[in-house]
Amino acid sequence: MKPAPFRYHAPRTEAEALSLLAELAPEEGRVIAGGQSLVPAMALRVARPSHLVDINNVAGFDRLAVEDGWLRVGPLVRHAALGEGAVPGPLGRLLEVVRGQIAHLPIRTRGTVCGSLANADPASEWCLLAATLGARFHVRSLRGERVIEADAFFGGFMTTALAPDEILVELRLPVLSDAAHTGFHEFSRRAGDFAQAAALAVLELREGVIAAPRLGLGAVEDRPRRLLEAEALLAGRAPSEALFREAATTARAGLVPVDEDPYRLDLAETVIRRALSAAAGMPAP
Amino acid sequence: MTARRIALTVNGARHEAETPVRQHLADFLRGTLGLTGTHLGCEHGVCGACTVLLDGRAVRACLILAVQAEGRSVTTVEGLAPDNGPLHPLQAAFCANHGLQCGFCTPGMLTTLAEFLKDSPDPTEEEVRVAISGNLCRCTGYDSIVAATMEAARALREARA
Repeated sequence: MKPAPFRYHAPRTEAEALSLLAELAPEEGRVIAGGQSLVPAMALRVARPSHLVDINNVAGFDRLAVEDGWLRVGPLVRHAALGEGAVPGPLGRLLEVVRGQIAHLPIRTRGTVCGSLANADPASEWCLLAATLGARFHVRSLRGERVIEADAFFGGFMTTALAPDEILVELRLPVLSDAAHTGFHEFSRRAGDFAQAAALAVLELREGVIAAPRLGLGAVEDRPRRLLEAEALLAGRAPSEALFREAATTARAGLVPVDEDPYRLDLAETVIRRALSAAAGMPAP
Repeated sequence: MTARRIALTVNGARHEAETPVRQHLADFLRGTLGLTGTHLGCEHGVCGACTVLLDGRAVRACLILAVQAEGRSVTTVEGLAPDNGPLHPLQAAFCANHGLQCGFCTPGMLTTLAEFLKDSPDPTEEEVRVAISGNLCRCTGYDSIVAATMEAARALREARA
């Protein structure tokens, strides 16, 4: 028994959960969903919440549906559930690839997608995906509901725009068009480890040139983000190894890495080139 | 609210017991129920020794609070084969292929692989290696564990045919 003492609450409805959190957030009360990051942090006593509001029994929180062009992901959807079974087409195939990079099987059966986003580890695959695709975050508290756009959600290392009394009640991911090509590449030393660098590229190819490119990088800076200068360079050009090298060099110049290790910037360039090559259907450089 | 009485099913038997809310499921299984087959290595989700099946899905028992198992069904290594009955095909294959030496990682290997072989009855060696990538073994070596798993998969397929 390693965590510091806390009091435990297991609400059955969203209203009950929000009201408990409103009351307990000022006293260091926290939401627990999958607990795959919070429980180890508590075991190491890095986190010492005085109250846990366990949302695992909240009715309806496991909803997962496609509606009006969005994949809507409730707070109890586990990593293992997000794949081609959730949404067909390029988005489903991408989710399947990304999911396989998250920790190990017994973590994926328990950890939640929304929990990873609220935890906002810079190396999180779902955070990179949400930032790159332009996800929307629906958050609720007793004070009401608001929608946070992806570029405003991540505030820095394990920091988000969520207020202590708010629950991330839904992640919305835009369903990708059938013409979208995606490429994801992550580097970590061992299977299931935290990424040291990860990149996601989404693009279309129209008459031989790149259209609507989106390029995101995770695990290098204090938060995942789109690489807008590199995206601008890619748009309207024909895919080639030289172009992707140029995009990676451009991206590197604007990075503020979490550490001084130049190796991390080399990795950033490599994962960007590999993600772009995968999206364009070219062999990995 | 710092302790709770919980009811759950473990290896098919109903149990009711009081647990401190900060006690994780692995300590509850070992200390409260006396089921010491579930081992604890790192207690922060990395080593995989404490893996059990929660409603049939492999999870880390050190990363779940005992109170969160209220009303759920847990299978530990003790529940893989019936008492005094034949071993589970995975257990038999581990014995036959030197899949264990000290045995510390074995319960987690077996529970993880039991779920994996249900979803992937005809895996490649590479898929087996990925499946146990979250289970650390520091003595036997993975080659014999992978060989045992491939043999168990064959045995399970033949039993089903």
